[in-house]
Amino acid sequence: MSYQDQTARNPFVDPNSFSGRLASGFVRIANAWGRVVIEGVTSLGDISVFMWRMIIWMVTARPRPETMMPTFYAVGVLSLPVVALTGTFIGMVLAIQSYHQFELMGLESKLGAVITMSLVRELGPVLAATMLAGRVGSAMAAVIGTMRVTEQIDALTAMGANPIHYLVVPRFLACVLLIPALTIMADFMGIVGGYFFSVVIFGVDHAAYLRNSREFVGGFDFFSGVFKSFFFGATIAVISCFRGFHCQAGAEGVGRAATAAFVQSFVMILALDIVLNMFLDGVYYSLWPGGSKLL
Amino acid sequence: MDDPLLNRLASDQAAMQRPLVQTEALTIRFGRQVILNNISLSIARGETVAIIGESGCGKTLFLKSLAGLIPATSGRILFDGMDIYSMRETELTRLRKRFGFVFQNAALFDSLNIQQNIAFPMMQHGVPHGRSPQHLIEQRLSEVGLPRNVLPKRPSQLSGGMRKRVGLARALILEPELLLYDEPTTGLDPIMSDVINELILRTQSKYSVTSILVTHDMHSARKVADRVIMLYPFSRLKADEPQVLYDGPPETMEECPDRRVRQFVRGEAGERLMEMVAQQASHSDETPFLHDTIARREAQ
Repeated sequence: MSYQDQTARNPFVDPNSFSGRLASGFVRIANAWGRVVIEGVTSLGDISVFMWRMIIWMVTARPRPETMMPTFYAVGVLSLPVVALTGTFIGMVLAIQSYHQFELMGLESKLGAVITMSLVRELGPVLAATMLAGRVGSAMAAVIGTMRVTEQIDALTAMGANPIHYLVVPRFLACVLLIPALTIMADFMGIVGGYFFSVVIFGVDHAAYLRNSREFVGGFDFFSGVFKSFFFGATIAVISCFRGFHCQAGAEGVGRAATAAFVQSFVMILALDIVLNMFLDGVYYSLWPGGSKLL
Repeated sequence: MDDPLLNRLASDQAAMQRPLVQTEALTIRFGRQVILNNISLSIARGETVAIIGESGCGKTLFLKSLAGLIPATSGRILFDGMDIYSMRETELTRLRKRFGFVFQNAALFDSLNIQQNIAFPMMQHGVPHGRSPQHLIEQRLSEVGLPRNVLPKRPSQLSGGMRKRVGLARALILEPELLLYDEPTTGLDPIMSDVINELILRTQSKYSVTSILVTHDMHSARKVADRVIMLYPFSRLKADEPQVLYDGPPETMEECPDRRVRQFVRGEAGERLMEMVAQQASHSDETPFLHDTIARREAQ
């Protein structure tokens, strides 16, 4: 029942008066917010149930190698070149951006420490995850969405194959297990790119660059980057597969699912990054209260 | 009767007399929209049933609910006496070995070739005892009239008719007891439609399978079915009217006392056109197209 209907039955509120119109506006805003909250909570519930079913299938039945291998190949092997390339560029850009500022302070030999630390802790994992979300996540949503629209998911179920077990579990495992390798590749190529620009182009001292990198960046930093990447991989797989499964009919629905998969994965990666950084910093400073210092 | 053999024979006989598929007060709603309301039907073993009705009346939904693909809002579906909605997921998965589903657009898996598509049910449920998977695949393929050289091809390389025949071969691979066809002749030329009808008939005679097909094609329904069920969109029914307008042999459809059944069988728009005019009039003042159509029909 609209507010106009409600007020029409209420002799104390005139819907055409100022207070009536004001109240009507508030009701509309409250309705819109209520709808957003309900949709948000429903989506959260749906994705939780989806994840729960995926976990159950993952622990109760092993996926077949013939479904695992093509997925692992697409997620891991085919993503490697683009992750390596973007990692190299990011390392170079970091060197270009930082060099002149550090040179002004006479700290150009510390460039290695800053570039390596930024890559290993932050840019490597986030970059690898972003590339994975763009290259693999949206493709997953589009493939599963097309399968939904063309009744292939119904066909799987009708033939006794569980779609979550057949489609989602291999993709989840591929993303979670292979994203650390992609992260390490992004880290490595970024370090190579940063080293190339700093040492070869800008002429920073080779030994000082490497020494500072080694002294400032520790095992925990490398671990924290790889640790975060597991969560990023899981997020990409769950969101992308969920979007594909809940794809609306038609080409537009598939397109929307693919876009939503990337956008939502990217937002979640950044949000998770904050939470995981806070957690990892807490762990780091409780283990090494002094921490490592650049200067 | 203490003899175990006699007991077993009696229970087998009872099982054979039991309907293969039964729906009891089946109702499916999406939100407030009722699609299927209180459908109670019983389909005997070996029967070939055509479900007809206008687009949007819930035929495909009914078919999918029989395979447990869509959950019912209320009511029961019994397959060989077992309630499919009260089964655990693993039990239902096992039961699906006894179903074959031919989808409207075949729903072949794009990522697999034709051989892998046909073999898919065997990958899930295992190869029938003492049979060679390759021999079974080739046998089913020849039964649907396709050459062996299609086996390494991808579904996108085949025509619509060929894809439907591959879909049928895939549904038949495990020799199911129940075959569900969703609009098997839609989108095909008349010759290929007749080929599919012949294949349905041949499958029926060779495997004594129970078949339920959803179709708009009255020629197909008359040719292959020995029973026709007509559903009507729930939203256009009068209060307390049953959704099943006709349930009987195809020969007597045209003599059905219900005008809507006769009109559907003859392919006449009838009062549907008037309903559309009324609907259009409620949204806009101008209804030239439909008024002209009605005037022309009245003049004729």
